[in-house]
Amino acid sequence: MKITLDADKCCAAGQCVLIAPEVFDQRDEDGVVVLLDAAPPAAQHDAVREAAAICPAAVIEVHA
Amino acid sequence: MTMFTAPAPLPVEPPSGCPFGPPAAFAALRTTQPISKISLPDGSWAWLVTRYADIRTVLGDTRFSSDTTVHGYPLSGMTGGPSTRNRGFIRTDPPEHTRLRRMVTREFMVKRVEALRPEIQRITEELCDAMERAEGRAEGGVDLVQALALPVPSLVISLLLGVPYDDHDLFQGLTGTLLSRTVPDDEREAARAELRDYLDRLVTAKEADPGDDILGRLIVEQQRTGELTHDQVAAFAALLLIAGHETTANMIGLSALTLMRDPATAEKLRQEPALIRGAVEELLRFHSIIRNGPRRVATADVEVDGHLIRAGEGVVVAVPSGNRDESVFADADRLDVCRPNAQHHVAFGYGIHQCLGQALARVELQVVLGTLLRRFPAMRPAVPVEEIPFRTDMSIYGCHALPVTW
Ligand code: SF4
Repeated sequence: MKITLDADKCCAAGQCVLIAPEVFDQRDEDGVVVLLDAAPPAAQHDAVREAAAICPAAVIEVHA
Repeated sequence: MTMFTAPAPLPVEPPSGCPFGPPAAFAALRTTQPISKISLPDGSWAWLVTRYADIRTVLGDTRFSSDTTVHGYPLSGMTGGPSTRNRGFIRTDPPEHTRLRRMVTREFMVKRVEALRPEIQRITEELCDAMERAEGRAEGGVDLVQALALPVPSLVISLLLGVPYDDHDLFQGLTGTLLSRTVPDDEREAARAELRDYLDRLVTAKEADPGDDILGRLIVEQQRTGELTHDQVAAFAALLLIAGHETTANMIGLSALTLMRDPATAEKLRQEPALIRGAVEELLRFHSIIRNGPRRVATADVEVDGHLIRAGEGVVVAVPSGNRDESVFADADRLDVCRPNAQHHVAFGYGIHQCLGQALARVELQVVLGTLLRRFPAMRPAVPVEEIPFRTDMSIYGCHALPVTW
């Protein structure tokens, strides 16, 4: 799995951080999403897909 | 041939006998006419969108504008007219929306809010102590709304903004008037003016002595550098105060009542406190207290599920309907605190305007409901449910009062 972000669109609602805290974080200055792990281990995949599905601004893209 | 029927107002009445149900008309609309027409207070009409998928489509597409000054915006009578002054960032579109929202996003990010958890717990325990000492518990009962549901979010947002808590009675009165469907327009205008005056004075005081709080930081970092005007700082204050007061308070009241009426679920949550996070998501889905929107106006012709919405036409999105959509939430009318996809709800909206304060609301709900379950296991309504005044007259659903005993 490979993850890419379009952080410019992020509205900093933080849902991704709640769902997959090992993969996503929020920047201290403005709460915008930060990718901690662009190729997370299999154990994280479900959480990442869930985060991508919930992200209100369609910021997170998951590539097989 | 289809019969012509004149659009009716937005449905607000819960199904008979169940105060927790979303307005009864939605279920039928979702199957027969998922995009229908409703009439607005000013005599015009707007599209009403009731299916989950269509709701996400509309709210996720920035061709639907949040700007109340755009011609055709479906005003509710509570949005305060299309005035350009003090609209607050929720009534703007990108790039202005992005610029303004980013000035406060860090204040509500997950880790900042998690750091507040002990303070929120402390506030909650103190209010519970006071409830235990309250007189009148045996007689009419103690009103959980006044004793706990309103003060927690109110204290927390006042603290974050730097508003003296002593002024909270003023806000609760004014926000109540602002969000009511039934008060006359001139009374609502007077409340709006009073709130504006108060915040104007507050911001002026903080310009002289900013302090370590959200308003202080906005003044130092944005107003003094010319990014924001005095009026815009006051608009931020109004938006965050109003949003911070009413929404979480009503979720607390409704959720507490739901758990009192469902002892098996309450017991399950007492046994396994870790379930509270999921339970809060499910309660958000189940209650969907935003009964009046969100609202948008199309800025281009947009097709939604094969239905053409033309530029200049208004759209009202029915959050309570989307959250009961069976195609997404199986057995949607049932409260299931272990529902695997509860967090897919649209109770906080969707798209770039999704609730800025959602992390804070989550922590407040988790703390307050967890504490109530632990400290008042025998709590129950002090009056029959038919006597509880539900807020069918308000744009945010809930109970006006909730007398409890234990
Ligand atoms: S869920 Fe989406 S919008 Fe929210 S912080 Fe994460 S990436 Fe940003």
